[in-house]
Amino acid sequence: MTNGLDAHIPAGPIEKKWDLHKFESKLINPANKRKFEIIIVGSGLAGAAAAATLGELGYRVKCFCYQDSPRRAHSIAAQGGINAAKNYQNDGDSVQRLFYDTIKGGDFRSREANVYRLAEISAAIIDQCVAAGVPFAREYGGLLANRSFGGAQVSRTFYARGQTGQQLLLGAYGALCKQIADGNVQMFPRTEMLDVVVVDGHAKGIVVRDMVSGKISSHAGDTVVLASGGYGNVFYLSTNAKGCNVTATYRAYKKGAFFANPCYTQIHPTCIPVSGDYQSKLTLMSESLRNDGRVWAPKKPHDQRLPKEIPEEERDYYLERKYPSFGNLAPRDIASRAAKQVCDEGRGVGDTCLGVYLDFAEAISRLGEKTIRERYGNLFDMYHKITNEDAYKTPMRIFPAVHYTMGGLWVDYNLMSNLSGLHVLGEANFSDHGANRLGASALMQGLGDGYFVLPNTIGNYLATQAGKKADPRGPEFKKAEEDVLNRTRRLLGIRGKKSVDDFHRQLGLLMWDKCGMARNEAGLREALKQIPALREEFWENVNVLGEEEELNQSLEKAGRVADFLEFAEITCYDALNRRESCGGHFREEFQTADGEAKRNDEEYAYVAAWEYVGDGRPPQLHKEPLEFEAAHLATRSYK
Amino acid sequence: MIASGSAKRNYKLRVWRQKNGETPGRFAEYSAREIPADASFLEMLDIVNEGLIARNEEPIAFDHDCREGICGMCSLVINGTPHGPNRATTTCQLYMRHFADGQTIVIEPFRAGAFPVLRDLIVNRSALDRIQQAGGFISVRTGAAQDANSIPIAKPAADKAMDAAACIQCGACVAACPNASAMLFLAARVSHFALLPQGQPERTQRVLNMLEQHDAEGFGNCRNHYECEAVCPAEIPALFITNLNREYVMAEVKRAVE
Repeated sequence: MTNGLDAHIPAGPIEKKWDLHKFESKLINPANKRKFEIIIVGSGLAGAAAAATLGELGYRVKCFCYQDSPRRAHSIAAQGGINAAKNYQNDGDSVQRLFYDTIKGGDFRSREANVYRLAEISAAIIDQCVAAGVPFAREYGGLLANRSFGGAQVSRTFYARGQTGQQLLLGAYGALCKQIADGNVQMFPRTEMLDVVVVDGHAKGIVVRDMVSGKISSHAGDTVVLASGGYGNVFYLSTNAKGCNVTATYRAYKKGAFFANPCYTQIHPTCIPVSGDYQSKLTLMSESLRNDGRVWAPKKPHDQRLPKEIPEEERDYYLERKYPSFGNLAPRDIASRAAKQVCDEGRGVGDTCLGVYLDFAEAISRLGEKTIRERYGNLFDMYHKITNEDAYKTPMRIFPAVHYTMGGLWVDYNLMSNLSGLHVLGEANFSDHGANRLGASALMQGLGDGYFVLPNTIGNYLATQAGKKADPRGPEFKKAEEDVLNRTRRLLGIRGKKSVDDFHRQLGLLMWDKCGMARNEAGLREALKQIPALREEFWENVNVLGEEEELNQSLEKAGRVADFLEFAEITCYDALNRRESCGGHFREEFQTADGEAKRNDEEYAYVAAWEYVGDGRPPQLHKEPLEFEAAHLATRSYK
Repeated sequence: MIASGSAKRNYKLRVWRQKNGETPGRFAEYSAREIPADASFLEMLDIVNEGLIARNEEPIAFDHDCREGICGMCSLVINGTPHGPNRATTTCQLYMRHFADGQTIVIEPFRAGAFPVLRDLIVNRSALDRIQQAGGFISVRTGAAQDANSIPIAKPAADKAMDAAACIQCGACVAACPNASAMLFLAARVSHFALLPQGQPERTQRVLNMLEQHDAEGFGNCRNHYECEAVCPAEIPALFITNLNREYVMAEVKRAVE
């Protein structure tokens, strides 16, 4: 177990680190910026903000996305809001408090210096968004409104109805559009990255497939930036978009980038329950609903009565009971686990008994239906469309679902991977959320990384790369293209009996069962046996129809599922290795008497970064120890 | 028409199949069997596609991504209506409980000269991105912004800007319009910025440039059919087109005076 990981955390007190680092970072003079070409994969909040900002600074940028427009990246689906330490509510917020809440929310498994920086730049993100025309909710006096999110006792979340992600992405997309129009950014929609090209130990390009013509080609650059999102779809059913995949980050892993903390997956407590095996995705009901909705389940197991027939004294408002100071706004991992416990006790509701109630009756009687409609109307409408139930009249049924992945490629303070020249932003990296992300912090991190962090740190790498252009016709590119082509042809040549979705669904069920909300050693070992078998079957029996050089959605899916079938294993290895419970990673063997996660700081206060060492071999573990100087390690309690 | 969640139904589908942009397309007939009423429209297509794959027939290609009504990637003209029969609903949020057992369902791509078919039900909507590139933004350098609360915006104006900004750029307005006009989309983008103080410096040029691009892409003019408003999943009111016209006239006058 070597420790070759240097996070390059600047010296000095935590509140000075970022300032000092910016001052000490290398600058590239404007005339030289034109000479550097930056490849960005992904156009969500992180990718679009980075592409726009770097283009505006004078770099030549190429940006790639699999969607037909950069504005459709899955950041667009974020509902609830974005955190910032503005303290506009005068309720005691500060950079220090946002920092501490985020560290504590992440169960003391994130890197302090990164989190502090994020809290520091949070205010500037809101300024930037407002200037770009993001129509945040406002009060009657014309000033910005806020609401509360889980894991915080202050109101620091800015929002645009239930469509905050959409509006923030439109802001970043607008900036990107301007840079495209000005010729600084070249945009490649419907283009999927299938490999990273490494030349002399540096990430110098990518291989892509044009999803319309099916043609494979390479692009060389001075650095590669991955902002390709998370890997939640390894569970098949999740709140991610159908196209979200791990391919970009997984391919980088296979080329030498370490994958950090893949077992930290966030299961969101308030999603619409699964209704049948034909289901293709799960839909989130924003955490903001827990500002006014009360979560409960019947006290009696197997209670078949309608919710309105269950009298008040026979209801268990279990979050309020167990966590009196945070109540319904307990953080996501805790609220999810509590829902699972209730269902495990046979107190779940709905046809499948895998659900609990989120009840607005009290809020409606206190505030009136009109106010609730104003606050959450679009969410109630969406709930009605999907379930055919009216949540103004009867409580919503909710159940936890895979939502976000805190793990990702390992990066240093500059957001650069251990693979030189590869930068990783947003959900694709591991850095800021530890073992559990707080609500409304993903948008903050995505935009923070893209607008403010990378543009300041990228010079540190580029300054060392003057005159070191890679040749896109060189042998490394040729080899990577050939590998991609061979793989594509292999997939198309199998012509087996099962569809890609069959395999994906099977993998998802296995992962949910063995590596989902609760894990244990026996289950993880079982998963590590079953995944390779499933993968083997996939490569013998998958049926991918159509041709290589055409628009072929089965082929697109097949490539992604093939990568999930490998990636799933590292997730299980990581979950097996981490013999403690923290945040979203709950090992049944490690819990307190009242069922809370039991951390083991002596042995596991580190980032687990996994290195690919060859097919069929377990990945090799590298550790980055986590040191807590500004926030002291403490038992995480929301009671 | 409302069925219980577990009821299963059968449908006849007439689906537009087209190999690529160069080959002519045609309707093909399929039967969709044992479809749960609680399945979404796209899940119904998933089930049909699984059946096709099992028979070694190429699955029907259609655009989709978030499947929660916000990304704007899904499209489809269903029985003659973009996004199908339900008001304010994208195709991905349409559920089979709204279709009667035994019904024939005709599924076509969004059709417009500016939206060429790429394959089956997938069209190229990048013309809408190019309209955005012509001016759908506020030019503000990263880091150059003042404090977010330094410019108060009256709540009604902010709310109205948000109504306009809710457009998901799906292109249903174009598919529904007899003139294949993208003016509801354009009006939403122009109005969003025109309603905000931050949008003022570029207000004149923005509407002129975006409109010019709209026309160059081959979208038609608005003739007040209001079909766009009827099908818009984000409920963008056609009143914003009046706003667009006003913005345009003001910009032209300003240009003439200057």
